[in-house]
Amino acid sequence: MDFTIVAYAIPFLLTGAKTTLLISIFGVGLGLPFGILVALARTSRNRLVCKAADAYCAVFRGTPMLVQIFVIYYGLGQVGFLRANPVIWWLIGDGLHAAILAVLLNTGAYTAEIFRTAFLSLPRGLIEAAEACGMSPWIILRRIKFPLALRQALPSYSSEVAIIVKESSLASTIAVLEITGWAKRLMSETFAIMDIFIITSVFYLTLNVVGLTALKLLERQLWCERRLTRRKATSPCPS
Amino acid sequence: MFETFWSLIVEQGWGLALLRGAFVTICIGLVGMVIGLIAAVPFAIARWQRVPVLSQMVDVYSIVVRGVPGLLVIYLLFFGSVDWVQKIAVAFGYRDVAESAYPSIIGILAIATISCAYSIEVMRGALEAVPKGLLEAAKSLALPPGVAFFRITLPLALRLALGGINNVWQMTIKDTSLVSIVGMQELMRMAAIAAGITRSPLLFYCIAASLFFAMTAVSQTLFGLAERHINRGFSGG
Repeated sequence: MDFTIVAYAIPFLLTGAKTTLLISIFGVGLGLPFGILVALARTSRNRLVCKAADAYCAVFRGTPMLVQIFVIYYGLGQVGFLRANPVIWWLIGDGLHAAILAVLLNTGAYTAEIFRTAFLSLPRGLIEAAEACGMSPWIILRRIKFPLALRQALPSYSSEVAIIVKESSLASTIAVLEITGWAKRLMSETFAIMDIFIITSVFYLTLNVVGLTALKLLERQLWCERRLTRRKATSPCPS
Repeated sequence: MFETFWSLIVEQGWGLALLRGAFVTICIGLVGMVIGLIAAVPFAIARWQRVPVLSQMVDVYSIVVRGVPGLLVIYLLFFGSVDWVQKIAVAFGYRDVAESAYPSIIGILAIATISCAYSIEVMRGALEAVPKGLLEAAKSLALPPGVAFFRITLPLALRLALGGINNVWQMTIKDTSLVSIVGMQELMRMAAIAAGITRSPLLFYCIAASLFFAMTAVSQTLFGLAERHINRGFSGG
């Protein structure tokens, strides 16, 4: 391995890593609440809302991310009234914004699927108990459903986070230079294909390991809480 | 509106071009998936039996390929192979063939490389889930290891792996769209060409999306049927 190439490539890849990180953070930070909202819509009793959310999930899970990003970036720009709307044009007119939007919509569908199964797996009795206590639907969601579903969904969601980091590479197809985009440029510039590939893989693996470790810690935190409550429940009452 | 649609799709023949692209996509996906799956079986066995050096090497391969974007793997294979493919082709006097078939071969290879990494994990999990007792029963019947593997372990593991294979297939068929970036004439590339020439990207990318959607929907149904068939006779199947 040639170290001059490594030294040459790393600054470029670091700039790319910033973009990748930016897209991924938006993907997780906005995609998670959005996905949970869609999951709630899919489990709602309103048939129209339910069907619409189902269709959204089916479409975004059934088509490649590349098509989605092209439809958003190239396709929607063709429609006159969307271009006239400043907010939408701000969203789709710029490569980076379009990439973030595409990642957000894509991950939203997958996250919704993860959380839908988590919501469905909740024991009926707990929710009935909460209703019997007179909790409002919002409080039931906040205090009972969401914490339990989060614990259930976290292992699958952490692999979704790794997927977000990988999918953000598609931003390079609409001329947003993130890690993969820079890697391609460096490959065709230096012809040190294997070296660049190895360095780039190290970047991606580091990002993934950091993200997955953070989620593992969060997961342990949640389990720890459960262990504590269980210990409290089984310990004899002090009174 | 409808007239322009009609003239673009039928009279200018873009509909047929897209369908042909979709056919190529299915072919690349199927061939890549099958190669990947067949290659994954020995690797998965190596990991299952914990063969000393091979097992770690397979581990590194699978972690790297599953950890980096598919696009990067495709770039590696395309740019990394241009040189020696050219050399081999010239040495054997197949220059023209190499130039025309090159993207397809490397494209299929890239898809196989990616799907193989995921298939290894699926197959390894399935092999580990086959009950130990059955293998011991086979051993006590003095079945040769080869027969025991092909008659007992593999069929049972395949049944367990089917769900995972379905997931890998869904991913593979979507990953084929990435090969278009390096110039393979499949559905996505056709849509991009059509969008560029006719200047209506929205229409063509939406058609590409719906063709992809049809592919995944149909294959999902087929996998559902296969799962029902393979699980017949098992309780709860």
